Amino acid sequence: MILLIVVFAISLVLALALAVFRSSDTSVLRHPIKGYTYFMRGTPLLLQVYIIYYGLGQFELIRSSILWPFLSEASLCIALGLILNNTAYLTEIIQGALREIPRSTIEASRSLGLSRSKTLFLVECPIALRRSLPALSNEFIFVMHSTAVASTITVIDILGAGRKLNASYYLAYEGFVTAAVLYIAIAVTASQIFRMLERRYLAPLSFR
Amino acid sequence: MSETLSYVPYVLAGVKLTIILSLGSVTLACLFGVFTAAARLSPNWFLSMLAQTYVSIIRGVPELVLMLLIFFGGQMLLNDLAELTGWLDHIDVDALSSAIFAIGFIFGAYMSEAFRGAYLAIPKGQLDAAKSIGLSQWVYLRIIVWPQFLVHVLPAFRNNWLVILKTTAFASVVGVHDLVWRAKGAASATHKPFYFLMLAALVYLGFTLVSERFFSATLRRVQRGWTSI
Repeated sequence: MILLIVVFAISLVLALALAVFRSSDTSVLRHPIKGYTYFMRGTPLLLQVYIIYYGLGQFELIRSSILWPFLSEASLCIALGLILNNTAYLTEIIQGALREIPRSTIEASRSLGLSRSKTLFLVECPIALRRSLPALSNEFIFVMHSTAVASTITVIDILGAGRKLNASYYLAYEGFVTAAVLYIAIAVTASQIFRMLERRYLAPLSFR
Repeated sequence: MSETLSYVPYVLAGVKLTIILSLGSVTLACLFGVFTAAARLSPNWFLSMLAQTYVSIIRGVPELVLMLLIFFGGQMLLNDLAELTGWLDHIDVDALSSAIFAIGFIFGAYMSEAFRGAYLAIPKGQLDAAKSIGLSQWVYLRIIVWPQFLVHVLPAFRNNWLVILKTTAFASVVGVHDLVWRAKGAASATHKPFYFLMLAALVYLGFTLVSERFFSATLRRVQRGWTSI
């Protein structure tokens, strides 16, 4: 599933940036980001995707803008919806990890002569990412579950193919069970990969 | 504009079904969860393996897939059974009960993990201590396990409840006339999709807000007397 990997990668980058702004106490962006994550986490993904796909077309301004060719494309809408939704969850995960970094670690790297931004990019972010690996693995499976929503706005994904089989040939078991098996295969592979990543990147941290 | 406004009560009438769906599913999920957690913790390896398989299959498959499978596949299964045995006439599976069953069945797996974790967080030594002062099994569960269990289980229970609430939106895909279904209907009738979908989203946001308030109050209540958690 290309959709899954692309969405996850883009969200991870965005979430890292948002988490940095969200966790700093002085940033003016802190409250808007909080509002954004609250809205995204408080409403169903299905509705968010509907709002993007059906809702935005209501406004003449958007229909005549240069973005319209992209927003009328169902697969780009689902990608946008998934990215926006998933970024909110990832932001919360990463900012939680950023907050849990001991002050002494930051002070130590500052005292070694690293600038503020270097401390942030070379010390804080890598540690936060490593610490949130187990949560990221859950989140990845969750995004995989969410990609199934694509089939509700006419994109033919794994589930979309299953629904087509059901609708045209009345083959309920075949289509849906095949889809389910494929999803399980992806989930098992993904959790194995994340377990490997955890052994490689998280395990060394626990020897402190 | 007045025509648009006249659809608002129609959409909000779907709130009732959304609430029925969520409360029905969460009750069912707790039932499934309790039995699954008990099976998982039981010394019988077959039961425990069965429970583990159920949990890992559910966690690997998207909710929407399972809901469609249960709605369409369940209907076919019943038809086949009816034909095979000749006992039953044609039974129609209605969308609401199949959606409640599907969501309950899915979140039973997640609930069982929450229950199991909370139960395991209670030190085993307390059972020995309770036995040594002569408490019966029932009294032990009621006055020693239950208060601690609540404290451990509530955060995970709250998370599951919030996810269940949002999952009920999928019920509209199998044709339950809930909030989302009605919002979509009103959207295409008035050509104002943004307003109605946003209205539905705000209702969900309101539910989330209320639930969070409720759970933090409850958590404070059950944590009375706890020094640290």
